[in-house]
Amino acid sequence: MTSSLPRLLLWIATGAILAFLVLPIGIVIIMSFSDSRFLTFPPPGFSWRWYAAYFGDRDWMDATLNSLLLASLSTLICVPVGTAAAYAANVSASPLLRRLQIVLLTPVMVPVIILAAGLYMVYAQVGLNATKLGLVCAFSMMNLPYVFISVLAGLRSFDMNQENVARSLGLGRFAAFVKVTLPQIRPSVATGALFAFIGALDETVVSIFIAGGENQTLPRRMFMSLRNEIDPTIAAISAALITLSFALVVLSSLRSKTRQGA
Amino acid sequence: MTDLPMEDAITRAERAEQRGYLLLFLPALLLVGLFLGLPLGLLAFQSLREGDAFSLVHYARIFEEPIYWRTYADTLRVSLWVTLLAIALGFPLAYAAAIASRGWSTLILALVMLPFWTSVLVRTYAWLVVLQRKGIVNSTLIALGIIEQPLSLSHNYTAVLIGMVHVMVPFMVFPLYAAISKIPAELLQAGHSLGGGAFHVFRRVLLPLALPGLFAGSVLVFILCLGFYLTPELLGGGKTIMVSSLVQRNVELYLQFGAASAVAMMLLMIVMLIFWGVDRILPVEKIVGMR
Repeated sequence: MTSSLPRLLLWIATGAILAFLVLPIGIVIIMSFSDSRFLTFPPPGFSWRWYAAYFGDRDWMDATLNSLLLASLSTLICVPVGTAAAYAANVSASPLLRRLQIVLLTPVMVPVIILAAGLYMVYAQVGLNATKLGLVCAFSMMNLPYVFISVLAGLRSFDMNQENVARSLGLGRFAAFVKVTLPQIRPSVATGALFAFIGALDETVVSIFIAGGENQTLPRRMFMSLRNEIDPTIAAISAALITLSFALVVLSSLRSKTRQGA
Repeated sequence: MTDLPMEDAITRAERAEQRGYLLLFLPALLLVGLFLGLPLGLLAFQSLREGDAFSLVHYARIFEEPIYWRTYADTLRVSLWVTLLAIALGFPLAYAAAIASRGWSTLILALVMLPFWTSVLVRTYAWLVVLQRKGIVNSTLIALGIIEQPLSLSHNYTAVLIGMVHVMVPFMVFPLYAAISKIPAELLQAGHSLGGGAFHVFRRVLLPLALPGLFAGSVLVFILCLGFYLTPELLGGGKTIMVSSLVQRNVELYLQFGAASAVAMMLLMIVMLIFWGVDRILPVEKIVGMR
């Protein structure tokens, strides 16, 4: 290219912006190994004490297990529900159904704080606040759009005639879907499920309003603790959460790569 | 139309099939209707109630009391600044990723994905750690001899901006990258070889072609900012109160459900108005699908 100075400036800017994005996360991971009670940087020495504080604390563990359970349950609900809806939206010719599709996207269009306040008030009437049922339903609803969008995109690039052929060869509608269509759109379903699981695991604002008591969630407990002090235990929890999200994302992208290669 | 029995049977079968599709769609609709529609309905109802009668006092309060309308003004201002800053940081990244070789491009996008997949709460905590009195910024500045006493960097307006921009940059980069990477490299080169300076090529070739991505990213970021709660609440130290904090305080602190509902409905109306206006230019599905 003719202009090398703008090019050089672009690369410097890119490096600086990437540093801005990534360094804070790196610092939290470094801090999680500090041996100091204060978050001085660089940490004076290395220790596992904050991981011990996290994994050894009954309340933190209860909140973590509860969050993992809620995320799994809500994923188990919203993946089949979202996949069924995406399937219907893809094959149906009904104009009513087309118009209704936008309704399934509203959970990501409405600001979360409004969802949280509304759910809290409705749940207060029917006694669903601080219950597993209430949390699972809320998380399923919130993450439904991710599954719907992801599966619909997968179905759009799938040739429906394959399923029709299977049906004309005598397979039932559902069997044809499970045996022919599902294996081919599995990466999209997996992506949707991944979004739903991580979304539910990280969900904080709605939890702040409707979780509590015995049904504490990990993000809610972190938020409450952050309001009072910047406890280094949170650094260890953060590092654990970052590792978990990353392991899941890398795993799913590797799987879809080997699938493409095969 | 003929009414041959055969054709009749076909249309009947077709109608049954269409009904089947609606049935498949129903659980999703029910989930959203019950756990989103109902709460929004209750908010709308409560925002119009005072005591046992219908009234507009909760909406009137928003316009009359400075605490309320100033919060909206502040929220709009913060959202606008964050959107502009996200463009300023997101554009170079998206452009660099689009013109870099394959390996570099993957690296850049992966480094943008890293914060994207990290929870907002964790990232906000990261900024609390970085910006605190004994944090890395202060200790670096002191070590360099630029300052003697640590600056109070967190719990203020700037900290909120930094934390929010950090969350929003990826939402800007992905649509921008999608738009810019579609521009043929020859087109930009042609601009250069015809004697255009870098700025000229940027303004006349790159910017117009990147506009759809820029627009989608900006709308998405702006709307996400309007309802943002965690980062302003934790990094603002109670000073920069966004509309979201106003809702939360009215619900949990003051138990003013009517006021909270009106504040929430007003925010919802602003967001829906933006979506409605934008939908004429760019389908909403395209924007929310970016997440």
